[in-house]
Amino acid sequence: MDELIIFAVLLGVGYFFGSRTEKQHFRQLQQREQAIQGLMLSTAGAKVALPKAHQAQLFTGSVVISSDFFKTFIAGVLNFFGGRIKVYESLLERGRREAILRMEESALAWGADQVVNIRIQTAELSGNNGRGVVALEVIAYGTGVR
Amino acid sequence: MTVQPRSSAPTIILTNIETVPGKTITQHIGLVQGSSVRAKHIGRDIAAGLKNIVGGELKGYTELLQEAREEATSRMVQEAQKRGANAIVNVRFATSSLTQGAAELFAYGTAVRVE
Repeated sequence: MDELIIFAVLLGVGYFFGSRTEKQHFRQLQQREQAIQGLMLSTAGAKVALPKAHQAQLFTGSVVISSDFFKTFIAGVLNFFGGRIKVYESLLERGRREAILRMEESALAWGADQVVNIRIQTAELSGNNGRGVVALEVIAYGTGVR
Repeated sequence: MTVQPRSSAPTIILTNIETVPGKTITQHIGLVQGSSVRAKHIGRDIAAGLKNIVGGELKGYTELLQEAREEATSRMVQEAQKRGANAIVNVRFATSSLTQGAAELFAYGTAVRVE
């Protein structure tokens, strides 16, 4: 009985704080994305000539983002039935946008006009047994030119 | 949050495109690489475990992996300098988690001389 209560409390705490942080994070992401609209981003660049560019430098942005207790539980249940796991989709979207933003912000601080050849990678940190901390690392990197 | 070349290596240029804009490649030296394996310490693990209930960014891990990536990059840069390069093009990063507690950060690229 005690275990059940602890579980319910954790689930409630996870849901309450998790959705609150998520909303805040999305709002913050939107603001920061608006602030850097002038920067041109491209995933091409390796084989395209860049006539205007004089200087180049590599920029990376990374973030480790973790799931909350509620999401982990829901994903576990949904895993049984299969199909879309929306709770993790939003988690990955947050991680990816955050990583790209960090890269863009450091490129802008250096004075870049555009960032070319952007690559995005995701790595799982929790090992493969599915227990323990659910954490994902997202890295975004690209070459800033000016 | 940028991987800057260390102060001892201010002259080396890193890009992940095949050329260095504004410069021409005069000599192709070859593949250079650097890696670093890091384990998370127990304090950070406990903090991350707690953070896993409410969700959000795990700042401790972000910093840890950032440091590890910088170290891998600086090892790659050292190797390139030893071989007489002044730029590394086509840089790629890779992460793999070895076990529950440790991750390998790996950086590789092509060392070249540019003018």
